[in-house]
Amino acid sequence: MRALPLILAAGLALLALAPLAAPYLQFVLTVAVAKGFAALGVALLLRAGLISLGHAMFFAVGAYAAAFLAQAVGINDFLLLLPFAVAVSALAGLLVGAFLVRYRAIFFAMLNLAVSMVAYALASKLYSITGGTDGLRIDVPTLMGMSLEKAQFDQALYYISLVLLAVVGWLVHRYLKSPLGQALAAVHTNEVRLEYLGVSAWSTLLAAYTISAALAGIGGAIAAVAIGHVLPEYAFWTESGHLVLTAVLGGIAGIAGPFVGSIFLELIHTVAVGYAAEAWNLIVGVALLAVIFFLPRGLFGLIESAAGVKDHRGETEL
Amino acid sequence: MTALLKAENLEVAFGGVKAADGVNLSIDEGEFVAIIGPNGSGKTTFLNLCTGYVRPVSGEVWLDGKPITAMAPRRIARKGIARAFQIPQLFTEHTVIENVMLALAAHRGIWQAFAPLDRPDYRAEAMALLDLLKLADHANAMAGALPEGLRKLADVTVAMALKPRLLLLDEPTSGVSALERFPLMDTLMTAMRAQGVTALFVEHDMEIVETYADRVVVWDSGSVMAEGKPSEVMKDPRVLKSVVGA
Ligand SMILES: Nc1ncnc2c1ncn2[C@@H]1O[C@H](COP(=O)(O)OP(=O)(O)OP(=O)(O)O)[C@@H](O)[C@H]1O
Ligand SMILES: [Mg+2]
Repeated sequence: MRALPLILAAGLALLALAPLAAPYLQFVLTVAVAKGFAALGVALLLRAGLISLGHAMFFAVGAYAAAFLAQAVGINDFLLLLPFAVAVSALAGLLVGAFLVRYRAIFFAMLNLAVSMVAYALASKLYSITGGTDGLRIDVPTLMGMSLEKAQFDQALYYISLVLLAVVGWLVHRYLKSPLGQALAAVHTNEVRLEYLGVSAWSTLLAAYTISAALAGIGGAIAAVAIGHVLPEYAFWTESGHLVLTAVLGGIAGIAGPFVGSIFLELIHTVAVGYAAEAWNLIVGVALLAVIFFLPRGLFGLIESAAGVKDHRGETEL
Repeated sequence: MTALLKAENLEVAFGGVKAADGVNLSIDEGEFVAIIGPNGSGKTTFLNLCTGYVRPVSGEVWLDGKPITAMAPRRIARKGIARAFQIPQLFTEHTVIENVMLALAAHRGIWQAFAPLDRPDYRAEAMALLDLLKLADHANAMAGALPEGLRKLADVTVAMALKPRLLLLDEPTSGVSALERFPLMDTLMTAMRAQGVTALFVEHDMEIVETYADRVVVWDSGSVMAEGKPSEVMKDPRVLKSVVGA
């Protein structure tokens, strides 16, 4: 058990050092961590047995909120953009979630998909607010009032993202260990018992849904300033599907899984696009098959077994 | 004295079957009341009606003189009625002790988002309860992997962790062999007395009823057909005919 925190710390250190060895990795990894936050949000809901096929909308809400504050309002400091984006996406999550967390299974998945398609359409059509299909540009933000060169800012952004990954990851870990987080898994196994304990499955899920939207919003804000351009495509349903894929591939049992999945996919994507564009789908498909058949806990399960963590859940008592 | 639980004229039907056909029943604080009756006579339905799982078409349920009819199960649970089910309802992918700790946490308020569920005081309290119910050896087993009899006992433990005023038990001894029934009931009675809970339990075994119940209520086709002291009610020829089939 002791080995796992060490491995996670080593992984974080490796991420911190990677751009020094290969500078082009910095942008790839920034985007990977950003999408990792959104995939973590999807993974939270997967723990309750709910598949959201629309979570890219909250990633987009975070990105658009940051872009809107920066361009339309003219407040362009990353340390203000980030909390604003998180607050707006959490609020969006609370409102959408209030309707959707009544539903289960295929209904939940499809309703998320439907709402995200509405969000995509609005982003494309509300030209005056969202810039329509051209989207919104974001100039290089300041950092606590300091104006930085693009290269300096990108570097700072990367390291801020890693700090966020550690801090937010730890907070989400605490949440999952808490009664409320445990109740989330309990919704999946026995909703009737949960209600008979006096706990509302609806509130339990709404809390999780709001947190998951806020996580996606963190990712959206990071991606928006890293890429410098926000487009309706951020909310497109294929992006939502990609987030589910990322979470399942990386593993939903721990916090690190979705980030491992996201980094794996972004790196493969970069390499595959460079050498053979068609290889991308093949590699992702094969990796997903391998995970489903051999690694029920995702790629992160590999790391866990290296750390000597054995999962005894589901074993029959003899 | 107002009754702890009072049901008045409860009626509900499922596709023509009157599962509750004018049920009247009241339970005083401190009583151990047994319900007997043939299969399909509406015993479980009565527990469903009392806990808000099924809404009656007409009639009222009162707890402490206040109406709780058709409130959501979670609201009724918070008012102090806990339930163990005919088919045990557990969090199958949590361990037994985690199931109990979750109930303890629910009782104190689930919204303590950042304190871990598995903390020393919850663990100690859960362990004491598991000890009382002779489940301590299985504390770390996955709830879903337990054999039927132990699952039922775990289900009762979870219900007791809510520190209810009224505990509803649906055939607590159905998962064990005839030989094990008396020791199991002894365990349950000790635990319930230790917690000072009032209990209503559905039971098929007449000897168990005679040994443990202060009062027995006989169910037949959705209504109460007879009630009273077990020794007297068991002499009633109608009861013998309906329950024993003699
Ligand atoms: N949710 C439901 N939908 C349809 N019919 C139901 C439902 N619940 C109960 N019934 C019917 O109502 C009648 C009473 O059922 P109930 O489960 O209350 O009986 P019981 O006395 O608990 O029987 P047992 O001894 O078998 O547990 C049965 O005919 C049953 O099929
Ligand atoms: Mg029954």
